[in-house]
Amino acid sequence: MADDDQFDIDTDSEIDDDDENEESDDDTGFFPIDEPVVYSSQSSTTTSSAAAQIPKQTKGTSEQSGNKYSTSINASNNHPQDNNFEYVVLSQDDIVKYMVECIKEVNEVIKLPSTTVRLLLHHFRWDKEKLMERFYDPNHQDELFRQAHIVNPFKRPHLQTQISSSSHRSTRRQISSSSLSPSSASITTTTTTNPLRPLTEQTCLICCSTKPINDMAGLECGHTFCIICWQQYLTYKIMHEGIGQTIPCPAKCDILVDDRTVLRLIEDSDVRRKYQHLITNSFVECNRNMRWCPGTNCTNAIKAPYCDVAMVTCTTCKTSFCFQCGQNWHEPIKCKWLKKWQKKCHDDSETSNWIAANTKECPKCHATIEKNGGCNHLICKNQSCKYEFCWVCLGAWEPHGSSWYNCNRFNEDDAKKARDEQDRSRSALQRYLHYYKRYHNHHESLRLENKLLEQVQKRMESMQQQMSWIEVQFLQIACDVLRQCRQTLMYTYPFAFYLKRNNHSIIFEQNQADLEHSTEELSGYLERDFSQTNASLTEMKQKVQDKYRYCSTRRKVLLDHVAEGYECDYWEYNEGF
Amino acid sequence: MNDNGALTKRIVKESARLLQEPVPGISASPDEHNARYFKVVIDGPGESPYEGGKFKVELFLPDEYPMAPPKVRFMTKLYHPNIDKLGRICLDILKEKWSPALQIRTVLLSIQALLSAPNPDDFLDADVAEKWKADEKGAKAIARDWTQKYAHEH
Ligand SMILES: [Zn+2]
Ligand SMILES: [Zn+2]
Ligand SMILES: [Zn+2]
Ligand SMILES: [Zn+2]
Ligand SMILES: [Zn+2]
Ligand SMILES: [Zn+2]
Repeated sequence: MADDDQFDIDTDSEIDDDDENEESDDDTGFFPIDEPVVYSSQSSTTTSSAAAQIPKQTKGTSEQSGNKYSTSINASNNHPQDNNFEYVVLSQDDIVKYMVECIKEVNEVIKLPSTTVRLLLHHFRWDKEKLMERFYDPNHQDELFRQAHIVNPFKRPHLQTQISSSSHRSTRRQISSSSLSPSSASITTTTTTNPLRPLTEQTCLICCSTKPINDMAGLECGHTFCIICWQQYLTYKIMHEGIGQTIPCPAKCDILVDDRTVLRLIEDSDVRRKYQHLITNSFVECNRNMRWCPGTNCTNAIKAPYCDVAMVTCTTCKTSFCFQCGQNWHEPIKCKWLKKWQKKCHDDSETSNWIAANTKECPKCHATIEKNGGCNHLICKNQSCKYEFCWVCLGAWEPHGSSWYNCNRFNEDDAKKARDEQDRSRSALQRYLHYYKRYHNHHESLRLENKLLEQVQKRMESMQQQMSWIEVQFLQIACDVLRQCRQTLMYTYPFAFYLKRNNHSIIFEQNQADLEHSTEELSGYLERDFSQTNASLTEMKQKVQDKYRYCSTRRKVLLDHVAEGYECDYWEYNEGF
Repeated sequence: MNDNGALTKRIVKESARLLQEPVPGISASPDEHNARYFKVVIDGPGESPYEGGKFKVELFLPDEYPMAPPKVRFMTKLYHPNIDKLGRICLDILKEKWSPALQIRTVLLSIQALLSAPNPDDFLDADVAEKWKADEKGAKAIARDWTQKYAHEH
C-alpha cells in the first residue's frame, strides 16, 4: 500500500489559489456541499491536512500490527500477484475532491460553469477526451447540449432567472409570465399580477399558491416554482426515486437540475448526503480506475493508476477486495469464473436444494414433480400432461396394478434408460451442491467469525491482567489468519468446481483438504474460552501460535501452487458448467 | 410527505376546474367522502373501436401527489394493447415521465388519446399487442365487440 505522496493530485493547492482569483461564488458547483473541506478561499490549509491524513491512516494500521508477529502475516498476505500495485483509499470527501479536479481540468479548457461541466461529463460517462472532441465540433455543439439536457450557454434566452433562494446573494431577475412558455402538457395557471403594480408575487405552478417573488426559484429554462415545492420535488426524486444526476426541471421541459441548485435548495442533511452519494456513485461507477469498497456500510472508494487483478485493502473497514472486479478478494479463483459461479448460485439458489431432495421430473413432459408422501403412484401436475407413472421406475403406472410391489419393469432396459437420464442431470446437480455447500459453509463461518473477533478482543483485555499488551496480540493475529484462510477456502470451491480433473487438480484438492483441516482447528481454538481449560495461558498461547503459523503456511502453499498453475497452464476448465 | 395546506389547495383548485370546465368527452368528480378519489367516465373517442362506449376509470391521488403521479385504472373491461386485464394502464406520464407540472386534466386527456391511438410497441398485454400487430383489423373488431359488450349501459 502506498505510503508515498503520489496521490496528492487530489489536493493540489495551486488550484485552490487560482480558483479564488478566477471564479465568483456563482460557480462553485457541487463542491460547497459540506462545510469546511471545500474549495473556497480558506480551504487550502484544510485540504492539505486532509491530504496528510491518507498516509497517516496507513501508517496507523501498520503500527498496530507492527510487532514481531507481523512479518509472518505479511508473508502470507503478500502473494506475488499483489506486489507493486499502488492505490489510494478515498473517503467520500476525497471522492468529491477528485471529481472536482476532473471537472476543473475540463473547465480550464472549455470555460463553462463547473456545474454545467459536471452534467456534460456525466453525459460522456466521465470521458474527458470524448467530451472535448464533441465540444469542439462546431457543427454539433447545439446538438451536444440538447442531448445532455442543458440550456446551451452560448445561446441563452434574453430573459433568464437565477435560482433565488433567500440565502443567495446574487441579483435576481424577474421573469415575465410570458416567458414561462407553458407547454401543452403543463399547467396553465397564470401569474396573478396587477398590470399597474410591479411584479411582486407569483403563483407556483405546482401548489397553486401565490407567493412573494423571493420565495420562487427556477432554472435557466425560465420555469419557476416556490421553494417549498422545489424542496419537496427534489427530496422526492432523490430519496424515493434515487435520481441524482438526471433530475429534470419539474415543468417537464427536459432541462436538468444542476448540483448547485439542488444544494442551495435542500437543507435536510440526510437528503444532501444521499444526493452527494448519488452523484459520487455515478462518478465512481463510470471510472475504470476506481472501485467502491464492498465492505458493509463502508463509503470509501479505491483509486489506482490502472485497472488490474490485484488485492486492495480499505483502510477504514479493512475489507480486502479485487480491484479488477470489485468483489471480495477471491484468490485463487479468477474474476471470470467467480462471476460465472455467482450467477449460477443466484439462478439456482431457490430451487436446487429442494429439488435435489424432493422432486423428480415427469418422464413425459419433464415438468418437475413433487414427491407427495409415501405413495408411488404419481400423476403429473401439468394439466396438459397428467401422465400417471411410478415414482420408483418412472414407467407408466398402468401395468403396475394395485401395488407398487408389482413394479415388474424395474430392471427393464427402458426403465433403466429413463432412470439414467434423470441420474445424469441429478448427478450434475449433486456435484454442484457438493461445492456449493462447502462454499456456503465457509461464507457463513466468515460471517460468524467476524463476531468472534469482538469476543476475542474482550478476552484480550481481560488477559492483560496476566500478560502485557504485546503478549496478547497473538490472538488478534490468529483472528486475522483465520479470516484469510476462510476467505481463501471459500473461493477454492468454485475454483475446483470448474476444474477438470488432472494430476494437478488432485494436488490442489490435497492442499485444500490440509488447509481446511487446520483452519477448522484454529477456529476451534479461538472459540474455546481459555479460562475454562486446564492448560496454562502460556501453553494455550503456544498452541494457538503454532496453529496459525501452520495455517498461514498451508494457505501460502495452496496459493503458490495455484499461481504456478496459472503460469504453467496446469488448469483445464469445464466450460460447460 | 405530509399533506400540507398548499397541496390541498392544488387539489381543490384542480377539482373545481374539472367540474367547472370539464374536458370534452370526460367527466370526473371527486368522491364525496374522499377528495383524493375521483370517479371518471371517458367517452370512447370517435373513429376509434371504442366509439360509443362509456369507460369507467378510477383515479386516486396518493399522499405524495403532485410529486408522485396519480394512480389510474380502468374499471370497464376493454380490449387494448396498453391496458391489461386488471385495467392497469401503460402510459409513460403515469410512471417515469410524470412531472408535478402535469395534472389530473392532462392525465385524463392522455388516456383519452391512448384510446384513439393504441401503441402496440409499448404494450402491457402481450397477447393483445401481438394480435394488434399481426391483424389490426381483426383486433379492432374485437375491441369494438368488447365495447358493445362491456362499455354500454344496458
Ligand atoms: Zn409551490
Ligand atoms: Zn424548465
Ligand atoms: Zn471499506
Ligand atoms: Zn476479481
Ligand atoms: Zn407430465
Ligand atoms: Zn414401477
